[in-house]
Amino acid sequence: MEPSPSPAAETPSPTVSQRDQWTVESQVFHIYQLFANIPPNAQSIMLELLRDKHTEYLSKGLRHLSSTFSVLDANRPWLCYWIIHSFALLGEFIDDDLEDDTVDFLNRCQDPNGGYAGGPGQMPHLATTYAAVNTLITLGGEKSLASINRDKLYGFMRRMKQPNGGFRMHDAGEIDVRACYTAISVASVLNILDNELIRNVGDFILSCQTYEGGIAGEPGSEAHGGYTFCGLATMILIGEVNRLDLPRLLDWAVFRQGKECGFQGRTNKLVDGCYSFWQGGAVALLQRLHSIIDEQMAEALQFVAISDVPKEKESLDGTSNHATSRARHEGMSASCSSDVKSIGYNFINQWRASEPLFHSIALQQYILLCTQEQDGGLRDKPGKRRDHYHSCYCLSGLSLCQYSWSKRPHSPPLPKVVMGPYSNLLEPIHPLFNVVLDRYREAHEFFAQL
Amino acid sequence: MAGNIEVEENDRVPLRLRPEWSDVTPIPQDDGPSPVVPINYSEEFSEVMDYFRAVYFAKELSSRALSLTAEAIGLNAGNYTVWHFRRLLLEALKLDLHVEREFVERVASGNSKNYQIWHHRRWVAEKLGPEARNSELEFTKKILSVDAKHYHAWSHRQWVLQNLGGWEDELNYCSELLAEDIFNNSAWNQRYFVITRSPLLGGLKAMRESEVLYTVEAIISYPENESSWRYLRGLFKDESLLYVNDAQVSSVCLKVLKTKSNYLFALSTLLDLICLGYQPNEDFRDAIEALRTSDFDKQDSDIAITICSILEQVDPIRVNYWVWRKSRLPQAA
Repeated sequence: MEPSPSPAAETPSPTVSQRDQWTVESQVFHIYQLFANIPPNAQSIMLELLRDKHTEYLSKGLRHLSSTFSVLDANRPWLCYWIIHSFALLGEFIDDDLEDDTVDFLNRCQDPNGGYAGGPGQMPHLATTYAAVNTLITLGGEKSLASINRDKLYGFMRRMKQPNGGFRMHDAGEIDVRACYTAISVASVLNILDNELIRNVGDFILSCQTYEGGIAGEPGSEAHGGYTFCGLATMILIGEVNRLDLPRLLDWAVFRQGKECGFQGRTNKLVDGCYSFWQGGAVALLQRLHSIIDEQMAEALQFVAISDVPKEKESLDGTSNHATSRARHEGMSASCSSDVKSIGYNFINQWRASEPLFHSIALQQYILLCTQEQDGGLRDKPGKRRDHYHSCYCLSGLSLCQYSWSKRPHSPPLPKVVMGPYSNLLEPIHPLFNVVLDRYREAHEFFAQL
Repeated sequence: MAGNIEVEENDRVPLRLRPEWSDVTPIPQDDGPSPVVPINYSEEFSEVMDYFRAVYFAKELSSRALSLTAEAIGLNAGNYTVWHFRRLLLEALKLDLHVEREFVERVASGNSKNYQIWHHRRWVAEKLGPEARNSELEFTKKILSVDAKHYHAWSHRQWVLQNLGGWEDELNYCSELLAEDIFNNSAWNQRYFVITRSPLLGGLKAMRESEVLYTVEAIISYPENESSWRYLRGLFKDESLLYVNDAQVSSVCLKVLKTKSNYLFALSTLLDLICLGYQPNEDFRDAIEALRTSDFDKQDSDIAITICSILEQVDPIRVNYWVWRKSRLPQAA
C-alpha cells in the first residue's frame, strides 16, 4: 500500500509551499493595505508608472553593464531586446547613433552561416536569434531590417530542425518548446515560414500539453507559464491551434492568477511579475480564439452524450469524438498551409470578443504597486531586485492589460481600464511576437515584398 | 581585508604568464568601436575568453583547451559555446566521463539553474549509459532535496528514467515528497509521469482506481490544494465519460461542498462535470443552495448558473472567467 497523504488528525505544521506562499502574501498585502489607507491623490501618485526612472535605468544598461553581468555574456542580444523593447513600450525614441550602434553590434553577433549568437564569436542560437530579430524590428527602418540575412537564417533553422518536429536551440543543443517558438516566431515575422519548418511541430507541442492543461518544456515535464505562451503562440502561427485542448489550457492559465493579483508560473508556485506577460499573454491570445474554444466545449459535451445514448445522436455527425475531430483538424491545417504566412498579420486584425478573461485591473495593480522599483526598473516581486528581463516582461504585461478591452488593436483604451493616471498608457504590442504593433506592421510590409 | 582578497586574486597566474600558453595569441572580442550592452569584464574574464576564442577558432583539440573551458565555465556557466566545445574536446581526447560528472556537479553546486549544465549532464549520462542511472538519480535527488520544484532537475530525472531506467522506487519517491509537501505540484506531475509511463505499473488504466483513492484522500485533507484536483482530472484525461460517471469524483465534490469551506475547486470541478453532461442529484442541489448568499437577486433554477454566480462571488480574481463560463453553459435539459 502507498503511504497516504498527510493525515488530517493532528494539525499539521505548514509545508514549505504554504510557508513560502504566506510570506509573499503578507508582503504583498502589506503594500495593498498601505495603498488602501492613503488619500486618493497619494494613491494616484503611488500608481504612477515611473517612466523617467525606468527610462534612465534602461538607458544606463544599454551603455554600461557592470562585471556582474558577465553571467549574461552569452545573452547580449537578449539584453538589447529587453531594453529596446521596453523603450518602445514606453514610447521613448532612441537616437540615431544608438540605433546604428545596436544594428552594428547585432551584426557582429550574426553568424556568417545564419542566425545570431549570444555575443560576437559565439555559436548561433535560436533564442538569441529571436531576441536579435525582435530588436531589429523594434528599431525599424531599412538599414536595421535589411541587416538580417534571411536566406542564411533560413538555412540555420533547417539545420536545427529535428525529425520529431522540434528544434535544437543550437548545433547539438537542447530540444524544447522555446526552440519551437523562437524559430517559428522569427520565420513568421521574416516571411520565411514554410512547410519544411512547420512539419511535425504541432505533434511536438501537442505532446507537451500536460494533464493540467498548460504546456511543458518537454513531454512529461510540468506545465509552465513560459512554455505555455511559447507553445500556444507557435500553434497559432502554424495554423494548428485547434489541436490543443483549449478549454483546459484556458482553465489552467486563468487559475495562475492569484490573490496577490499577479500570475504565478506553475501551480502552487509564487507570483512573479514576468508571468504578467507569459500567462497574461496566453490568456490574451485565447481571447481571440473563442469560436474554437466554443467548438471544442460543444464537442466534449457531445462526445459524452453520444457515448451515453449511441443510437439517437450518432447519425448526426460521425466526427464527434475527440480522436476523429482532431484528425479532421489536422487535415484542415494541411490544406491551410499556403496561408500560414499571413496568420501572424491577420491575427491582430480579427475581431476580438468582449472582455479579458483574466483580471486586468488586478494585474495592473500588482505590476504598478509591487514590481516597480523607486529608482527605476521592474522586478519579480517585493524583496527581489530589478533586472532588465523583468522590466521588459512586466511592461509587456502592463501593455497587454491596458489594451485587453480594445476590440481593435489600435483603438485607445478608455481611461477606466487603464489603472492609475492615463499617462501610464503604453504602446500596444503584437501579442504573438511581443513587439510593439506599429513596428511589427512596418516589418511585415518590408518583408512581404521580399 | 581588502589586502587579503587581493592576495587571493593574485594566486591565479594569468594565462599570458603561463609557459604552456606562450605560443597562443589571444583573440579579443569583436565588439566594434561603440558596442551596446557592453559588459565591464574583469581582467580575468577578458583574458580567459580571449584565449578561449583563440583555441576555439583554431579548433584546437588539446587538454590545455579542455582546462581552459573549465576556467571559462567557472566564470560564466551560461556560455553554451564553451560547453559545446568542451564536449568536442571530451570526445576527441577520449576522456573518462566519470570525472566529467564530478566537474558538472561542482559547477551545479554554484548555480544549477541554467540550461547548459543540464544539457551537458544529459550528454554525459547518455554516453555512460545504464551504469550512470543511480548516480543521476542520486544527483537529481540531492538537488531536489534543496529545491523540490527545480524544473531542470525534474526534466533530467525524467530523461534518466526513460532512457536508463530506475523506475522501481519512483512512485515511493513521489509519495515521500508529497507526504513532506502535498502542495508540491512538481511531485504531483512526477507522479503522473510515473503512473502513465512506468513500464512496471501497467499504465494509467491499471493505476486509475488506486490513484483516485490516493487523490481523494489528499483532497479531503487539503481541499484548497489545486494540485490534487488537477491530478484527479488528469487521471481521466481523454476519458470524459468515465470522469462524469465516477462515483468517487462526484462524492468528493459533494463532501467538500458540504463543509462550506475551501470549496472553490469542488465547485469548479462540479461545473466541469455538468458541462460534460453530469446530472447533479438533490444532494448537490441542497449543498449548492446552502452556499447561495442572500444577495443573489434572482433565484435561478439552473444549478450551473447558480454555481457560476457563486464562483463570481467567492473567486473575484476570476470573475471575468466565471461570467464567461456562465455565458457558455450547455442548454439546460
